[in-house]
Amino acid sequence: MAKDFGIGESVKRSEDVRFVTGNGKYTDDINRPGQTYAYFLRSPVAHATLDSINIDEAKKAPGVVGVFTGQDIADAGLGGVPCGWQITDKHGDPMKEPAHPILAHGKVRHVGDPIVCVVADTYAQARDAAEMIDIDFGQLPAVVDMKAAAEGNPTNVHDEAPDNVCYDWELGDKEAVDSAFAGAAHVTTLELVNNRLVANPMEPRCCIGDWDSSSDDYTLYTTSQNPHVIRLLMGAFVLNIPEHKLRVYAPDVGGGFGAKIYHYAEEAFVTWASKQVRRPIKWTSDRSEAFISDAHGRDQVTKAELAMDAEGKFLALRCDTLANMGAYLSTFAPAIPTWLHGTLLAGQYATPAVHCRVRAMFTNTVPVDAYRGAGRPEATYILERIVNKAAKELGLDQCELRRRNFIRDFPYDTPVAVQYDTGDFDKTLNKAMEISDYANFEQRRQEAASRGKLRGIGLSCYIEACGIAPSSLVGALGARAGLYEAATIRVNPTGSVTVLTGSHSHGQGHETTFAQVVSDALGIPFESVDIVHGDTSKVPFGMGTYGSRSLAVGGSAIVKAVDKVVEKGKKIAAHLLEAAESDIVFEDGQYKVAGTDKAKAFAEVSLAAYVPHNYPIEDVEPGLEETAFYDPKNFTFPAGAYLCEVEVDPETGKVEIIDLFAADDFGNIVNPMIVEGQVHGGLAQGLGQAMLENCVYDEEGQLTSGSYMDYAMPLAGDLPMFTVSSEDGTPCTHNPLGVKGCGEAGAIGSPPALVNAVIDALRDHGIEHIDMPLSPNRVWSAINAASHKQAAE
Amino acid sequence: MTTITMTVNGKERSGKAEGRTLLVDFLRTEMGLTGTHVGCDTSQCGCCVVHVNGESVKACATFVSGMDGAEVTTIEGMANDDGSLGVMQASFKEHHGLQCGFCTPGMIMSATDLLANNPSPSEDEIRTWLKGNICRCTGYHNIVKSVQAAAATMAGAREAAE
Repeated sequence: MAKDFGIGESVKRSEDVRFVTGNGKYTDDINRPGQTYAYFLRSPVAHATLDSINIDEAKKAPGVVGVFTGQDIADAGLGGVPCGWQITDKHGDPMKEPAHPILAHGKVRHVGDPIVCVVADTYAQARDAAEMIDIDFGQLPAVVDMKAAAEGNPTNVHDEAPDNVCYDWELGDKEAVDSAFAGAAHVTTLELVNNRLVANPMEPRCCIGDWDSSSDDYTLYTTSQNPHVIRLLMGAFVLNIPEHKLRVYAPDVGGGFGAKIYHYAEEAFVTWASKQVRRPIKWTSDRSEAFISDAHGRDQVTKAELAMDAEGKFLALRCDTLANMGAYLSTFAPAIPTWLHGTLLAGQYATPAVHCRVRAMFTNTVPVDAYRGAGRPEATYILERIVNKAAKELGLDQCELRRRNFIRDFPYDTPVAVQYDTGDFDKTLNKAMEISDYANFEQRRQEAASRGKLRGIGLSCYIEACGIAPSSLVGALGARAGLYEAATIRVNPTGSVTVLTGSHSHGQGHETTFAQVVSDALGIPFESVDIVHGDTSKVPFGMGTYGSRSLAVGGSAIVKAVDKVVEKGKKIAAHLLEAAESDIVFEDGQYKVAGTDKAKAFAEVSLAAYVPHNYPIEDVEPGLEETAFYDPKNFTFPAGAYLCEVEVDPETGKVEIIDLFAADDFGNIVNPMIVEGQVHGGLAQGLGQAMLENCVYDEEGQLTSGSYMDYAMPLAGDLPMFTVSSEDGTPCTHNPLGVKGCGEAGAIGSPPALVNAVIDALRDHGIEHIDMPLSPNRVWSAINAASHKQAAE
Repeated sequence: MTTITMTVNGKERSGKAEGRTLLVDFLRTEMGLTGTHVGCDTSQCGCCVVHVNGESVKACATFVSGMDGAEVTTIEGMANDDGSLGVMQASFKEHHGLQCGFCTPGMIMSATDLLANNPSPSEDEIRTWLKGNICRCTGYHNIVKSVQAAAATMAGAREAAE
């Protein structure tokens, strides 16, 4: 019954019918009776005082029902947008945490900072009225470049953060690293930029605030990856609305990639203002607005040094990183370059000593926060680039140098505060070499050369930490929330099952994967399982979806709740079968008396629970619904080896990706089709970062890549078919499904693979490094400069 | 405001529009057809692709004024008469050609127009045609497979009919 739909089967997605027929229900598809529309007038300059704001004409414009400024927000006593993670710096002091007002008050700090909101009967009227607003800006110099900021910029983004430093943080044993470097036979150094990106889920952000005059309850419809977290942050810290008076509903969400984790000012505004205007308020971002108001990703500059002995054994790694926070602290921003980055700097290698220093900088740019991978791509990029540079300097094959340093004994305590529970790095490397036919690459290189193309192959061996946990640990590291997950299994009287999960699906296919898990565990038809998520009025609680945590943490909560259902069912079945509870076993959807042919089907026991005529009523309550919270014991550690093969046209500098060979270890796999799809998507984003995407500010803080005309999103023609393999993983040792998470791997492992491939292709030009994205311009310029240098020598 | 009348998914429909009203907003608000999406404001992403008089157009870059009498097909009109999924819709489901689903309607409308013009496109031709449709989830791998499979299914159906 559950066989073709159980764990390990590529079940086709049950959510797809509504999406391919246009029946998906995204936030902007929802309209409330009497709804008004909000338009945010945003700062056109990066840094300025707000000397005067004149809204008189706008208030009188047709259709306008309200015009609000930062003064109105201050007068109402609302809180600012809160930050969910506090970093303690290397001196033991808390990070600088300046206020982040919902509407700018007194000053604007980045292009896009919202200043005034106009609410009107139609969106066009709100936008027309905003044109009538006069603002006098007292323009100030902008802090844009992090390096310049770190070297002493006379301008401060916030008065309370002198020198624009949010925190100066370090991890690892500095003395051990220094002494290892002193005795090293070889040291490789590399400075690299992890380019700033814009997440760009295809659905722009949208929210509707809807205050109910009869109950004084509020509903926020929003494009969120974690509605309960938004309810907590917005209710408790911004609007002072208790949870029982506030419903947050995130229906179908069109992609997130991190950018929809955070609580945004617009959500708080429409919720609060819907009571002020006594009508629902909808705000829908357009794409240009998204570029200047969605949190950005990455944006780090690192100097890395790797110390080795004469055989290429890694002795120590030292990293000094500048990380851009932007103008304000977004919800999880401070955790990204620290606990999600520094802790991954051991990679797959048994390097005995690692030290990293991270200075987080305020700049007059859009806030920066987690984007697919979040900290782990940055760590992987540093490590996998410097290892390839070291291999080149030592004259070793890129695979061989890694093999000399792989961790092979698990559990393994890294020098950067995490314990890998399991893995097999030789196996994923062998697999990547096999599927890429690595051994015969030289032939392919020569064949390409005969066509005038430079062919290269680049390796990247990544490890990441998913399912961020446990709560006690992350609390000690500064998280202001727990990081568990909740699930309820509601068995309906006739034996169908409704699963209420705190995870949130915005493309990941939870309605299918989670239903497979439940169908498999209860032995009931896949179609009898319904997955409900995204609505705080239905789901008891949840921490949402990010960091590849849904199956490892949310799925484990579901398994725990299923176990409770089965345990209760055994008590009921024992009564019905007149047997001892200890003799009841549950298998294939049947409660059986062990060693006999006596059995009751799952649905029969379910019905008995709701029609308890013949029932152990003295010992067992009627009904069959169980809730479980799962707080993991450790992170999970997906890992893998990626080989990227490219051809460079030396005449134009254009890079063509021939293939990307991905060998991943995700532990056990529930739905291989969905897992492969997740890898494909991650690869596209990683390769996009490496080859195309770049978020660029000019020196005045104007975003010059503010639309799809200027920000190069990966298109179908930019990418090849991928070759991916994730079979026979090493199961996670500490969660009940043995799963690790697969959502971010592609975006983490692929950027260094592509850059290593291009550098390999340019091996005869003596080029050591090119910063991402490897656009034709950058590659051609590097070739051109190298040719001049070689000619001069 | 003027009244615009057009044939939408085979039925005559009327709605009100300003001079600046875009086809996509007209479809979403006046017609209640929310399957057509808005993903950008510069006509790059293709989430809004519909068919006007049999050809794919970006509804975010089309004024509705002057469209009186046009024949418009949206994603809501792509299923078979009996309600079952059309070939391209079924192929996207079968080959996991979608994840979040937001770009999917435009992707299906665009791919359907490709096969109407070129019944057996090469992988390169599919990738080139779809440059006007951005997907952030799939890496296009399974979208290309979906279109290839739909082309094969349609070819099979044509052969069977001959």
